Amino acid sequence: MMGLPGLLPRFLRAPLGLDRGFAATVGVTMSSPTQATTYPEPSRSTGGADATVAAEIVGRSPRQLAWLRFKRDRTGIVCAVIVAFFILVAVFAPVITWLYGKNAYTLYGQDDNLLNSYGLPVKANGGIDADHWFGIEPGLGRDIFALLVYGIRTSLGISLCVTLLSVALGVCVGLVQGYLGGGTDYVVGRFSDLMMAFPSQLFFIAFTPVIIAMFVSPSDQEPTWIRFTALVLVQFALGWMSLGRLVRAQVLSLRTREYVEAAHLSGASPGRIIRRELLPNVWSTVLVQATLLLPLNVTAEAGLSFLGVGMQKPTPDWGLMFQDAAQYYRSDITYMFFPGIAMVVFVVAFNLLGDAVRDALDPRTVR
Amino acid sequence: MSEQLSLAKPALPSQRKGGPLLEVEGLTKHFPLRDGFLFKRQVGAVQAVDGVDFTIHEGEALGLVGESGCGKSTTGRLVTRLLEPTAGQILYQGHNITHTDRKHLAPIRSQIQMIFQDPYASLNPRQTVGTIITGPMEINHIQPPGGHEKRVRELLETVGLNPEHYNRFPHEFSGGQRQRIGIARALGMQPKLIIADEPVSALDVSIQAQVVNLLQKLQHELGIAFLFIAHDLAIVRHFSHRVAVMYLGKIMEIGNRTDIYETPRHPYTHALLSAAPEANPDDEQERIRLAGDVPSPINPPTGCRFRTRCWKAQQKCTTEEPPLLQIAGNNTGHLTACHYPQDPTTAARDEDVVLDPALAALEQNAQESAEESAEESAEGSAEEQ
Amino acid sequence: MTTLTKPEQPSGRRDGAPFLSVRDLSVQFATEDGIVKAVDGLSFDVERGRTLGIVGESGSGKSVTNLAVLGLHNPRNTAITGEIVLNGHELTGAPQRTLEKLRGNTMAMIFQDSLSALSPYYTVGRQIAEPFRKHTGASRKAARERAVEMLRRVGIPQPELRVDDYPHQFSGGMRQRAMIALALVCDPQLLIADEPTTALDVTVQAQILDLLKQLQQETGTAIIFITHDLGVVARICDDVLVMYAGRCVERGTVRDILTTPRHPYAWGLLSSVPRRKAPVDAPLRPIPGTPPSLLKPPTGCPFHPRCEFREYVGDTRCQDERPMLTLDSGRGAACHLPAEQQKSIFAEQIRPLLGRS
Repeated sequence: MMGLPGLLPRFLRAPLGLDRGFAATVGVTMSSPTQATTYPEPSRSTGGADATVAAEIVGRSPRQLAWLRFKRDRTGIVCAVIVAFFILVAVFAPVITWLYGKNAYTLYGQDDNLLNSYGLPVKANGGIDADHWFGIEPGLGRDIFALLVYGIRTSLGISLCVTLLSVALGVCVGLVQGYLGGGTDYVVGRFSDLMMAFPSQLFFIAFTPVIIAMFVSPSDQEPTWIRFTALVLVQFALGWMSLGRLVRAQVLSLRTREYVEAAHLSGASPGRIIRRELLPNVWSTVLVQATLLLPLNVTAEAGLSFLGVGMQKPTPDWGLMFQDAAQYYRSDITYMFFPGIAMVVFVVAFNLLGDAVRDALDPRTVR
Repeated sequence: MSEQLSLAKPALPSQRKGGPLLEVEGLTKHFPLRDGFLFKRQVGAVQAVDGVDFTIHEGEALGLVGESGCGKSTTGRLVTRLLEPTAGQILYQGHNITHTDRKHLAPIRSQIQMIFQDPYASLNPRQTVGTIITGPMEINHIQPPGGHEKRVRELLETVGLNPEHYNRFPHEFSGGQRQRIGIARALGMQPKLIIADEPVSALDVSIQAQVVNLLQKLQHELGIAFLFIAHDLAIVRHFSHRVAVMYLGKIMEIGNRTDIYETPRHPYTHALLSAAPEANPDDEQERIRLAGDVPSPINPPTGCRFRTRCWKAQQKCTTEEPPLLQIAGNNTGHLTACHYPQDPTTAARDEDVVLDPALAALEQNAQESAEESAEESAEGSAEEQ
Repeated sequence: MTTLTKPEQPSGRRDGAPFLSVRDLSVQFATEDGIVKAVDGLSFDVERGRTLGIVGESGSGKSVTNLAVLGLHNPRNTAITGEIVLNGHELTGAPQRTLEKLRGNTMAMIFQDSLSALSPYYTVGRQIAEPFRKHTGASRKAARERAVEMLRRVGIPQPELRVDDYPHQFSGGMRQRAMIALALVCDPQLLIADEPTTALDVTVQAQILDLLKQLQQETGTAIIFITHDLGVVARICDDVLVMYAGRCVERGTVRDILTTPRHPYAWGLLSSVPRRKAPVDAPLRPIPGTPPSLLKPPTGCPFHPRCEFREYVGDTRCQDERPMLTLDSGRGAACHLPAEQQKSIFAEQIRPLLGRS
């Protein structure tokens, strides 16, 4: 557990952090002004208001404070560890399978006669034994553990790319909309409304083959990376709008802040104002949103594979495993079991992590 | 009324101060209101500031008082060019800066600075105190001898903070301390004019005095001119050499501190002074209670803007807008925009002015019942005799 | 106007006993950073027909006290000890249902921010009529008439029409008047006003203060008026309680506190506000330092770190010993300075700054 700060330094720590007062007005827009002034507020009246207390917490940046709060949240820490574990699994999939001594493409079931004539594992519980920890795949007979490790790698890879691209574009669009306002805001805003109106699942199903066809003719065998890119592109095309809107709203409220006015007053260029004054204060929202967006993208990607427009056999993929397992669930439920449990754990952990991050950044939300 | 003697421009204040630093003429800001589906068109305008003239001399403090919505903050933001004026002009040291763009404004940018109202919103929570104060210096290529950090430490000391707080973040400071940081940021630019927009109204009473004293010290020692915007009449009197009273986007009365506070002429100034409570149980003030709230600046009254709440309003006030003039009996530089000005005194009169209907009714009742009981007791005592 | 005044005197009245009596009240919050002693050993009385002003800066515990009286604290993280006796009923530890019955009926509250205190989804009339119906069982029609009557009484023009408006259709001053109407609809005997005029313009504030005062003369309501503005105190209060760091540092009549204050904190408050009649050249005399943290209040007298008159007491008495508030016919200050010295310091050092003779 103590290794966590070391494991996730850039990813988690850098954008963490938010001032209390700032959080109150931007993060929790729900809290009414009366409550902020009339009711006892330990955080402001005690934490910041006093020199003696300030002396005890010398030089803590907002981000350090958020990190301290996060460290106190046990659920958050557990979830962070689980998420980190999944990411490590994805990153080190080749190493893991090498240590495990199997790979994701060898048809162990057929080679070693572990499948019966119906294509089902001979041994009980889906063929779990000392060699094949999670059993073997019915039909082709690949090792499920190796398959799952690589499947996580593919799925997470796609979702991470989608999330990163969506965040990047969303932040850019939001900043432009919020900062320039007026006509630009209107035109860009209506465009993102239009994109939001697309039925996303139908769009994915309809457009994935189209995009792939743009690169390779339908009769040829397409390389895996093209499918990978195509999947990233379709999901990204419909994935950036919500974040864009959020950032826009945030920037709109930040733009009239007095410290931004002070920057205008000192003659700062728009670039400097965006970079120095707006962006650092938008990051926390973006981070929270991104941690909630990623599990969403993972399930969406799995859904696409399940529907047959995602990754194709024999590439190992989380969603593909579900599709496959659905055919065998009556005779071999263990095949469904491992990828299913893994995905539930991952999605739940990631969502809880998102909540924990938000709580750490914004201590005023009382639950 | 033939009381208008001269059409004098705002005359030089009687004090020591130098030439005009900032001249504002006919300054106007209308915020357009748009409505309509898909294609928005203008359906009206919030007339936040509507033709304001004033001059600030070097080293002088001009106070701007008024209630919410009178356009005093907008005026401050127009002067600093945070907002684009709709009409009128702003002259700074004789240069017209009304519509100058950012690049051409650069040479004088550092000379006009602002202190904001909300100490919790005026400092970027993600920057250290050092960054906050050096940022504007970097932008304006101000290279203090000894480097930025040394200068920041000096500034922090000037505003009464520990120079070691250089690396701290705003959330570690109290409201009053944050306001000092904001002041240090403005001072770093070596300004000649500071627009202070309600600089103490968000602070606790005991802290307000600290900040007012600090500002006053800076004003005296560094000779900085101030446009001091506030709703608190007592603080404005304490801080400013001259005072302008605003109502619904217009200046109602402007003059030296003593003119405004001791011999005000405009009924609104009288009402304002009478309404502001003094912490003195023996306060001998005239009692004027207006009715209702300030009207909307979207649709301000015709003629004199104060006429809807004024007890002296007549037909002329509806049709004719009173010009801002030196009325008979006023000192030079004391200008009032009123057709039927009040007597120049604030002492209590025999008759209170109570325009609020509910209040008037209640007081009437109370008086009647008091009289009745007085009569009864008189009768009772008579019978006894 | 017959509906406006309650014909019979409330039954629980005992002569000589104050209407609200608070004894040794302490309120503590458990927070992440530790226990906040928001109110520490506070005692006061409020009598019918009189107005008690509670003065203090933010964090002095003035709002917390009154939320405790109303029973509005979250019991999960708040510990309240002491006695709160309202008209003979003990309120500390009373069940929520009892408090609910008392709130709005016997005691009512006016908040600072009328926009967030009124619900945006109901008409003003309905919000005024609803508690009246709940507490008196009046019919819908009677309650509506009562609402119109109340609005007229607080000076809303055309109350028959405005009764069906929503809060956002009212201006700030009007909304505050509607709040007063809402608070007074059941003829409460205790009205708690928490900075009711702070958000208003001065001319409107003057109207509202006079209105409250006149209404009080008609109904005989006891008022607790929370404010930080000594000018407002001078206008409306009969008695004043000065709070600092959760404790009462001085009590007395409004004339006592404003003309001959005894506690150095009260001196500081008076001399740090500029006055319209004071000489303009003299700088203000602020209280040095900042208010203390309630997580770790100073030992002894809570004001000692900011007090300029510590050395008059000598030794470390101010640091070590908590000064007690001893009342002599409702007047007293919690300070170690001997009474004679309090008088002479005020007369020689403070009074000249106030611009009074």
